[in-house]
Amino acid sequence: MVRTKSVSTALAALVWVPLGFSQIQNQPDDGQWVMAAKNYASTRYSTLNQINTQNVKNLKLDWTFSTGYTRGHEAAPLVVNNTMYIVTPYPNDLYALDLTKPGAPMKWVYQPHPNPSSQGVACCDVVNRGAAYYKGKIIYNLLDVETVAVDANSGKELWRTKLGDINLGESITMAPIVAKDVVLVGNSGGEFGVRGWLAGLDADNGKVKWRAYATGPDKDVLIGANFKPFYASDRGQDLGVKTWPRGGWEIGGATAWSWISYDPELDLFYYGTSNPGPWNPEQRPGDNKWGSTLFARRPETGEAIWAYQLNPHDLHDYDGVNENILLDLTINGQPRKVLAHPDRNGRMYIMDRSNGEVLSAETFVYVNTSFSVDLKTGELKLNPTKKTGFNTIRDACPAPPGGKDWQPSSFSPRTGLIYLPHNNLCYEMQGTQANYIAGTPFVGMNVRMYAGPGGNRGAFSAWDPVNAKTVWAINETFPVWTGTVVTAGDVVFYGTMDGWFKAVDAHNGTLLWRFKLGSGTIGQPITYKGPDGKQYVAILCGVGGWSGAVVAGGLNTVDGTAALGFANAMTDLGKYTTKGGMLYVFSLP
Amino acid sequence: MRNKIVFACFLLFFSLACQREKRDIRPSPTDLAIYDEAARESALRPGGPVSPQPVVNNPYNASGYDISEGQRLYNWYNCSGCHANGGGGIGPPLIKKDWVYGGAPANLFDTIAKGRPNGMPSWGGRIPEYQIWQIIAYVRSMNGGQPTSATSSRPDSIETNPQNIVNRTTGVTK
Ligand code: HEC
Repeated sequence: MVRTKSVSTALAALVWVPLGFSQIQNQPDDGQWVMAAKNYASTRYSTLNQINTQNVKNLKLDWTFSTGYTRGHEAAPLVVNNTMYIVTPYPNDLYALDLTKPGAPMKWVYQPHPNPSSQGVACCDVVNRGAAYYKGKIIYNLLDVETVAVDANSGKELWRTKLGDINLGESITMAPIVAKDVVLVGNSGGEFGVRGWLAGLDADNGKVKWRAYATGPDKDVLIGANFKPFYASDRGQDLGVKTWPRGGWEIGGATAWSWISYDPELDLFYYGTSNPGPWNPEQRPGDNKWGSTLFARRPETGEAIWAYQLNPHDLHDYDGVNENILLDLTINGQPRKVLAHPDRNGRMYIMDRSNGEVLSAETFVYVNTSFSVDLKTGELKLNPTKKTGFNTIRDACPAPPGGKDWQPSSFSPRTGLIYLPHNNLCYEMQGTQANYIAGTPFVGMNVRMYAGPGGNRGAFSAWDPVNAKTVWAINETFPVWTGTVVTAGDVVFYGTMDGWFKAVDAHNGTLLWRFKLGSGTIGQPITYKGPDGKQYVAILCGVGGWSGAVVAGGLNTVDGTAALGFANAMTDLGKYTTKGGMLYVFSLP
Repeated sequence: MRNKIVFACFLLFFSLACQREKRDIRPSPTDLAIYDEAARESALRPGGPVSPQPVVNNPYNASGYDISEGQRLYNWYNCSGCHANGGGGIGPPLIKKDWVYGGAPANLFDTIAKGRPNGMPSWGGRIPEYQIWQIIAYVRSMNGGQPTSATSSRPDSIETNPQNIVNRTTGVTK
């Protein structure tokens, strides 16, 4: 039912649009995997269809590779020119594996040796989310605030740029993207009172071309004459200063630690900023711009074109950093260039990516911290009974990791559905006075999380972006902390923290195949065409991350506030899985 | 004579109260002693012991005042940001038996003053020595390493009223 409908709307859109224009979701695909999100539109959709709903049950393990590390493995492997590249969590080693030989032996390993002290400023495990391939280079970030470019053939370091200071609490965990010869990189440290930024580096030599801060005066935020936010609440001069108590913006967080998408036609890239700091909102009266905000910028200059603050004066650590999937859809009979942004606040924002207008913002999980989004004003209507500060509140949903955290979703142009790995968590909190000491956490909140309604702590669901509703959902015991990949064979892959790697039917979520990995997985599955012309599926396991710190960091769950309160919801994880980083590659016999 | 009685009273008071209310009137400044010899981190002694390992006692041991000061300072210096209320997070848990760098007072002093390579900041010169000892008294109290008579029974985390703890398996209701 659902499928027929989506396909017909997709067809309608095709008829409507002018000749020579192709939908952004129909990205060219050569069977390689050259950036973490697969393509600029971040669809994580592969046109490969050898593995399909009929034969996926025969999928067999082909080969494995141990990374030698035991912290959380969140990276997407890359596949370029018959070579697979894997970035490990700290110490951020880069392995190149030769796919032309049986068992994919190692070609080389590049070891950058980042400063070990950087492990102390990684809020939520020492993860890395992957690399980008660009013109013969593998480009990725190191935990100690560096970006490196490595020759894809030889493994030789080509350039290495220091972008920040661990003694200010800065680190980098995100996967960069490269647009128009500019490497886009943002810092982490929203829990350390850093000042958030996103930088553009010259892909040839690593030189910083521009840096766009997320707080402070307009000139630092790269807001100029072309800045046209859709809503009045985002207009005004130097809002990055005026919406803070005196000096608060200098230590206000709003980092860019996650995904970036790029629309070459509009020449705009999209990303969101993290929570403002500290978490305790009573210490930062005001809207705290530009924390928890979506930005559209030009890659060559960094200039801001529009912005929309998702969570003004954020109360619950609702970072705005989640992925933005770029789609051309027909909405209310109109062809629209949209972005789909499943936010931490539990709402799926469908926005016009040319101007920042919100078209819908319905909930994809149980939400009681907000009531609705006013599409006229863009205002998020908050539930006053869940207001945090120097008080205690209970049963606020979603919890700080949000309805969904960094774990990236995928979109299939065949089904018209977005596949969402997500959480189902609520929390109780007590505010404390956060004391700013550079290089140490700046939070001011004791948190304890627990399962949301239903008792399942996670779910994997399919969302219809046109009709703004869930089509099907699979409940999972733990938060689904992996990425996803969907294929032209109509199979969706994702994994669980208790170690199951699963394939489900993209139309209805029916479980088609599963395999038990050595450790829980929080990785990003990919699929690629091997040198032999066969389709392969790959994923890293190695439990960890914020959700898996309980196991990866050996935490003591008698203290429910451990791992910023996530430990309370994960006390039993250790009964299901142990740590250990390993790559698994599957194919049909 | 009168002085002697006062002195005797003091002695009596301290022995009875186990220093529970002891306060150091003139704390030391920020200068640091690093307890190398006393803070060995290995039980292996190649070729047999050379000399007995000296014992360094926490000069701020066993006083309820120092433990509660230690708890306040533990939060004030953001130890709590990385180690939570003892369960850990960015840093390892501090409620445990298997210390990486040793759990004796001299080891803990070294850990806090010198830092540790994988992300533990070095606080020497930043936190005055007497406050480090107070923090150590608190850290050890989390592990039952201090007399219970001196240990605070009210942790400063969210109240643990059992009625308020939500059942983890069924979750909250809508
Ligand atoms: C910025 C984060 C951070 C802060 C702030 C921090 N720690 Fe740590 N701490 C760490 C990390 C990371 C380690 C692990 C270091 C290693 O293994 O090399 C650690 C290790 C330790 C250890 C050693 C544990 C063992 O098993 O031997 C102790 C004790 C400790 N910290 C106490 C403290 C105290 C007390 C404070 C406050 C004065 C504090 N820490 C502040 C991150 C932090």
